[in-house]
Amino acid sequence: MPDLYSLILYCSLFVSLFFEVFLLITYLEAREEIEKEVGFEGEALNFPSVTVIVPCFNEEHTVEKTIGSLFALDYPNDKLSFVLVDDGSTDGTLDTLRKFEDNSRIRILSKANGGKHTAINLALEKIDSELVGCLDADSFVMSDALQRIVRHFGDESVMAVTPSIKVHEPSNFLELMQSIEYRWGIFLRRMLSSLGALYITPGPFSIFRTRVFKELGGYREAHLTEDLEMALRLQKNRYKIVNSHNAQVYTVAPKNLGALVKQRVRWTYGFINNALDYRELFFNKRYGQVGIFILPIALFSIFSSLFIISNVLLNFFDKIFDVIARYKVAGFNWEFSFPSFDWYFVNTGILPLLTISTVSLTFIILYLSIALSDGKFKFSRGILYYVALYAFFVPLWLSRALFDTVFRRRVSWR
Amino acid sequence: MIDSKKYIIAFLITALIFGTAILASALLSGKKIEDVRSIENRVALDILSSETQFSLLAETSCKDIGPGFLSKELGPLGEKLSYAENRDDFSQEDVEMLKRSYFLLEIKDYLLMKRLTEKCGISPTFILYFYSTKDNCDECEKMGYALTALRDKYPELRVYSFDYHYGLGAIETLISIYKVKPELPAIIVNGEPYYGLQTTDELEVNIPALKLLKQASTTATSTKKR
Repeated sequence: MPDLYSLILYCSLFVSLFFEVFLLITYLEAREEIEKEVGFEGEALNFPSVTVIVPCFNEEHTVEKTIGSLFALDYPNDKLSFVLVDDGSTDGTLDTLRKFEDNSRIRILSKANGGKHTAINLALEKIDSELVGCLDADSFVMSDALQRIVRHFGDESVMAVTPSIKVHEPSNFLELMQSIEYRWGIFLRRMLSSLGALYITPGPFSIFRTRVFKELGGYREAHLTEDLEMALRLQKNRYKIVNSHNAQVYTVAPKNLGALVKQRVRWTYGFINNALDYRELFFNKRYGQVGIFILPIALFSIFSSLFIISNVLLNFFDKIFDVIARYKVAGFNWEFSFPSFDWYFVNTGILPLLTISTVSLTFIILYLSIALSDGKFKFSRGILYYVALYAFFVPLWLSRALFDTVFRRRVSWR
Repeated sequence: MIDSKKYIIAFLITALIFGTAILASALLSGKKIEDVRSIENRVALDILSSETQFSLLAETSCKDIGPGFLSKELGPLGEKLSYAENRDDFSQEDVEMLKRSYFLLEIKDYLLMKRLTEKCGISPTFILYFYSTKDNCDECEKMGYALTALRDKYPELRVYSFDYHYGLGAIETLISIYKVKPELPAIIVNGEPYYGLQTTDELEVNIPALKLLKQASTTATSTKKR
């Protein structure tokens, strides 16, 4: 009779495996649609007017490059304008923005610091274009991104389109690890798009019909993840969100562990708390796949990941302590000999076999993610870092975000 | 619109993977138990063969006893059983049965070894090791590492391990013969009990028989070098 611990572990593995199988089935169904999107370029496009808002707070080092990438967008000049909002920066951000004040397509706004959502809302009040988007001041767009996104608005029911986000010039191991994690995210968002279950419209270059804000209101203070709240609000009002995986945006990823943990605690905390705010969506057929399956499993996966990863890490450290105990009583055997292999000592329990199945499916999805993001699979160092190290970092932010939620502690942006 | 067919297919595939894992695990564990059983059979045959050879000793001399006189598989058999103990993927009922025969085979091997020692005047190189699986005996586990390392270092050393609380008559008789107190881990070398955890280095220093083994092995190594 399995104990409670094993029961939770088996249930967590079953749900993880089920989700991976579900994603792969969705991929098989969506494959044809994805291939069609790749050959999108030739189609004629009716260019609607677009405004891109760039909210800035202390971004003097990156904002110029961000604006540069917006200028390079392949889109008619008379249909594209920008609103740069300085949200009370204390560095030279405003001075950098002012360098662009002579440009007729640019409007610069400055206000006292009030948070990202207040900066975007101020700009939204002054916009009359058909589409509006936002670009974080630490992100850069590819020149064809806007055209690729705008094509999706040919479908009248589409209210928002999200891009695929990649890490900008990854160099150290943390950035390389994140660059693979982001590719996984690209795959996941594309699959969620097919399911009609996108629950986040990321800050870097999600584009909306302007009427969405007129009908549903502007951004809100939402546990420092207003892009997540906005998507949930769209889902609640049954507004369609789709993903354009070929529209690529590059963002600056945290370079050190402290910054990475802080960012992820904010994301996870934001997801948990926004999910609680929108709990009426959960298990509610009215909201389709996002309510019935995706939101519940996303919330469940925080607990199950924490449980499974803690179990893997506990076993790992248990083995390390075992080796140390052996060394203490028996010392090292310095005589070198090839260890003889005896299959008897290979762990063939149910749990290892299930773990192997889950990890194998994870590798398949990882392969598909890289192939989908980059056009084809190419091995890189980031894959090694991701596979070997990512599991060690995840519990740091999951446990902290849960702790902050339970004890009602506020998280900070930076 | 919710596609319930997709959920059903995903559920069936997941259940199939789970079912396959459960079945594969049961088959592989069954195969491992069979493996252990066949080693036990071989050890039993080895002992029978040695006993027969020993009976014939009255008519022959100690010189006729070759290096393969005692079974070499008793050590690996013990390791395999110890691995299978308390693991979810093994039927503990089978493991308990196999342990019972293993302990009896150990005692038979030990008696044979003793008779051989008396008859042929060989210096005794065996340890009786008592451990416990009943209470959480961390030190027993560590002692097991130390004794395994010693056995790897001195292949002529025979370690007979017994679960103190197993409840097997033959083990209880051994316990009463050597008056082994329930202060585990405990080892008996040349009738002398030693209690508590000791590292390999400590064992080689504190136990005369092992000290001799170490000296013999050092002399053999330095002679080889020359």
